[in-house]
Amino acid sequence: MTNTDTTTIDLVHSQRKKGLELFVMGLLIMCSLVAVAVTVGIVLSLLFEAYQFFERIPLTEFLFGTKWSPQTAMRADQVAAEGAFGAIPLITGTLLISFIAMCVATPLGLLSAVYLSEYASKRTRDLVKPALEILAGIPTVVYGFFAALTVAPMLRAGGESVGLSVSSESALAAGLVMGMMIIPLISSLSDDVINAVPQAMRDASLGMGATHSETIRKVVLPSAIPGIAGSLLLAASRAIGETMIVVMAAGLAANLTANPLEAVTTITAQIVALLTGDQEFDSAKTLSAFALGLVLFFTTLVLNIVALRIVRKYQEQYD
Amino acid sequence: MTDLITPSAQLKRRNASESRFQWYGRGAIFVSLAFLVVMVGSIIYKGSGAFTTTDVALVIDLGPEAVDPAAPTDARVEKIVKDALKARFPEATKRAERRMLYGLISNDAGFELERFIAANPAAIGTKAKVWFRASDDFDILMKGSMDREAPESERRLSDLEISWIDSLVADNDVKRGFNWSFFTNGDSREPELAGILSALTGSALTLLVCFCFSFPVAIMAAIYLEEFAPKNRLSDIIEVNINNLAAVPSIVFGLLGLSVLLNTFGMPRSSPLVGGLVLSLMTLPTIIIAARASLRAVPPSIREAALGMGASPVQATFHHVAPLALPGILTGTIVGMAQALGETAPLLMIGMVAFIVDVPHSILEPATALPVQIFLWADAPERAFLEKTSAAIIVLLLFLITMNLLAIVLRRRFEKRF
Repeated sequence: MTNTDTTTIDLVHSQRKKGLELFVMGLLIMCSLVAVAVTVGIVLSLLFEAYQFFERIPLTEFLFGTKWSPQTAMRADQVAAEGAFGAIPLITGTLLISFIAMCVATPLGLLSAVYLSEYASKRTRDLVKPALEILAGIPTVVYGFFAALTVAPMLRAGGESVGLSVSSESALAAGLVMGMMIIPLISSLSDDVINAVPQAMRDASLGMGATHSETIRKVVLPSAIPGIAGSLLLAASRAIGETMIVVMAAGLAANLTANPLEAVTTITAQIVALLTGDQEFDSAKTLSAFALGLVLFFTTLVLNIVALRIVRKYQEQYD
Repeated sequence: MTDLITPSAQLKRRNASESRFQWYGRGAIFVSLAFLVVMVGSIIYKGSGAFTTTDVALVIDLGPEAVDPAAPTDARVEKIVKDALKARFPEATKRAERRMLYGLISNDAGFELERFIAANPAAIGTKAKVWFRASDDFDILMKGSMDREAPESERRLSDLEISWIDSLVADNDVKRGFNWSFFTNGDSREPELAGILSALTGSALTLLVCFCFSFPVAIMAAIYLEEFAPKNRLSDIIEVNINNLAAVPSIVFGLLGLSVLLNTFGMPRSSPLVGGLVLSLMTLPTIIIAARASLRAVPPSIREAALGMGASPVQATFHHVAPLALPGILTGTIVGMAQALGETAPLLMIGMVAFIVDVPHSILEPATALPVQIFLWADAPERAFLEKTSAAIIVLLLFLITMNLLAIVLRRRFEKRF
């Protein structure tokens, strides 16, 4: 065989190889574009269905109305055939429950993170950290069951014994249990942030005679604040989007109230209520679920983008 | 002159606040873990009862006037069972009392007798002792969860019913055993008969679809982003997208599935196919992020050695880098699948919230999933369903624990440190 023969064979071979490689590359790019396609799909489908909703119900009524009672008309000429679609009670309900959850989770999560990263021995850390992560791995339907059948009756009985009337679907029960669910989210993110604070800063403070806790409070935490804020925002976004706990424990009464002992409803609970069971797909009632979904998606998206940006910027600062 | 040995009041205060601060930390951890223990403990406590069940023996007259030996399948089984109950307790003569009497055993008793006759043709024409499933309230009483001392109006069973049950127990006609039917039955309106088999099968089919779609797509996306993607706008957009997608509320994926997969593409409602696809969109980011981390952990020297031997970049990646990263990728996949197994909200959106008695045989049939079954049972009014719900949660948690342990073992065994 001459030299030129080998070269030709190699060329044919490598051309076929190139074709295959191009195909593989195309496949790889397509797969990574699936994620973009999903986001685009979410935005388009929500916008499309929500647009149909806003053709029937004006946007201002939806955003500023204070009464929520969606219903399907039995007769065409029925009074209030379309029901009322004011989202304010749902938004305040969502915020109330998320606020309670954050009030529970912020101190518990932050203090756990500080203790684990600053005080705990390696053994304690290796034991406690995975144990806390279990909280994040338990399905939310389990939390919902616990909130509805154990915590809510307990709060009701406790409230009665001190003369308070607690609704059996109180915002407090849902918020408390939701708070427990997001503890590991806050603690593990804050843990990372606290660990990223350079040791030199601690050493300097300890060297000046500050106690360990003074160093943490006056040096470590202030310099970790942006990252902690980011982790809190992520946790808040998680709380706002949480569905099963509120569906099972918070109920469907759209009350406009700030009293945690009363029943409120949330955006996610309403979406579930509107879309399970019988549905006709062109009624304002079902379409309103997509408008609510749009509100939910954009709120959480903004929270996530801001939080991720803060966390990343902060990480770069000390790298 | 200040004394440096004896601590000043200020130093004492500072040291006290130091130890206080440490106790806050311990307290926070204790509260969080205590909550976990209380929650899981209360569920195990409530659910353990569902794994046992109560059966009642009745003497059934299978004589010629009850069962025709020529056509045993024509026998009016329900009536035969009722007659047996009447024969056992002849004192029940009023209508209301009769109804209470029939309520002692499960509605399913007729079928059980039918099965008994089919399995024991020799018993036709004789009197046979047959075991029947007891009703849910009977079962609760036997488990000791009903207060016998409570006033009659506050009990689910009347004094008369309890006296019947006591006489059955005294005659050794009641036995308790492991509740196999909880694992072999589908859903049922009767708590004593309800089982999780249909929900488990639905979950398995859904996860199968989810895995088949998300695993290859996620691996390829991760390989592209980690090994080939140029540093440009498009890569940045994809990257930001994946991170955001990981934090989108799960219910929004359900809305996407409802409006696109069901209403636009017309896929079958309530089917594991749609459920699996929706869940796979949710687990994609999790797997991609884990896969990228383990691809990044493969040292550049592997790549360089392959390239130096004349391999193309695609060959270097698929023949050398990806196989080394596989254990890490599998770990991430299992964690993602565990998440998908516990997810409920998106499945509610696409209608997997139906009452499913039969075990689904394909990914196109209506099905339900284990967490959705838990949600449905949690809403049921019968007290016995409380126990079933907790038991289903125990099964779900066992599956999740197994999957996560598998992930840990996989990581320990196969992960190479370079």
